[in-house]
Amino acid sequence: MIRPAASGRLRIADQVTEPGRPLLRSVGLTKAFKTDGGVVHAVRGVDLQVRTGEFVAVMGPSGSGKSTLLHVLGGLEPASSGEIWLDGQRVDALSQAKWAILRRRHIGFVFQFFNLISSMSVADNVEVAALVGGASRRGARARREELLGELGLTAKAQASPAQLSGGEQQRVAVARALAHRPSLLLTDEPTGNLDSSNTAVVLRLLRRSHTGGLAILLVTHDARVASTADRVVNLFDGMIADDTVVRPAPLYPVGASGVLELRD
Amino acid sequence: MRLPLLALLAKDPAHGYELKARLEQTFGDAYPSPNIGQIYLTLQRLERSGLVHSQDVVQSDRPNKRVYELTPAGEEAVATWLEEPSDGPRVRDDFFMKLVLGPQAGIADRLSLINRQRRYYLSQMRSLSVLAEEGSGHDKYGGLLIEGAMLHLQADLDWLERCQGELL
Repeated sequence: MIRPAASGRLRIADQVTEPGRPLLRSVGLTKAFKTDGGVVHAVRGVDLQVRTGEFVAVMGPSGSGKSTLLHVLGGLEPASSGEIWLDGQRVDALSQAKWAILRRRHIGFVFQFFNLISSMSVADNVEVAALVGGASRRGARARREELLGELGLTAKAQASPAQLSGGEQQRVAVARALAHRPSLLLTDEPTGNLDSSNTAVVLRLLRRSHTGGLAILLVTHDARVASTADRVVNLFDGMIADDTVVRPAPLYPVGASGVLELRD
Repeated sequence: MRLPLLALLAKDPAHGYELKARLEQTFGDAYPSPNIGQIYLTLQRLERSGLVHSQDVVQSDRPNKRVYELTPAGEEAVATWLEEPSDGPRVRDDFFMKLVLGPQAGIADRLSLINRQRRYYLSQMRSLSVLAEEGSGHDKYGGLLIEGAMLHLQADLDWLERCQGELL
């Protein structure tokens, strides 16, 4: 379900998500690596589903396999076994070339390190991503202007990435990932290098895109980031240990404040 | 709540409603604001302990109000409070007692305990994010109070992961 992007300041509390049909789904997914020390089973049988318009965070200790899971789900690395379905189509059995085309149409990626093309201006970084995703020249230019405006980067359009702060570079990376209007954003520690105010800006942006209908699968160790998702999956030792819907809880028991301290 | 009230009175004498308002203005929504009954009860107890004394102020258009003021003993109590360090690491963590003793007795499952606790922390984090985004996050003291609570929660969650790694 596609809804228009909310304007104005984001209010997390107001967000109501109406997840739709299954968009990304894995069945019995595994991934093993051969290393000098033997075989490492990074992902060990993961059944996971992300619906259209859903925001899912994956948490877990380092080494739990969460980044590997994201890479395999996005087709950046092949699975060892199991199935991956994208929008009703089984993709793990497709040729690399076919999957690459599907991915380009449906998925955006944002990583911890910004992955910008350093020889291009901010504007071109975004515009090229739209063109590669299949937009017309005119469409790509309009999309670039729209995204940079939304991210408060219009004044920096002609700057090179190196002239931007870390927070600004990550905003450009998000704009690149969204340039071709994907239905799914896969992102690994998107705020990992940012201070708390830039983290808030990027989170607001993700929430706003999500409100506009984008599904997000986000890997993070940052609980503040994870808690803004609709669902949090806990990965442990390559398997899902918990999968829960996040709802705000009272911060302190109602009426209890002070009462305990009244006993001298 | 006793000592924060005394510390507020160290600035100016005040009546109960003023103290409640000052607490709320200073710390915002993140602070569990006491109700007025709790404040008056506390003030009465403080008076019995000789830390404050009160006096009725006549108001022409309204009922009299009772204004509280620190006694020298009250000033001393605030000074002592300010000088001593506050609670540090929690070696008597309630959750950890459950996590160890429940499974030992065979009446609780470790993963369930950890998952329940993690869900609770995440929900709290969500509430704090909402506060940070909407209200108290934008004023100086409220914002820092929320940030501190978030950092503590992150540490609690990291530690849960350690427990999960070591005990499961």
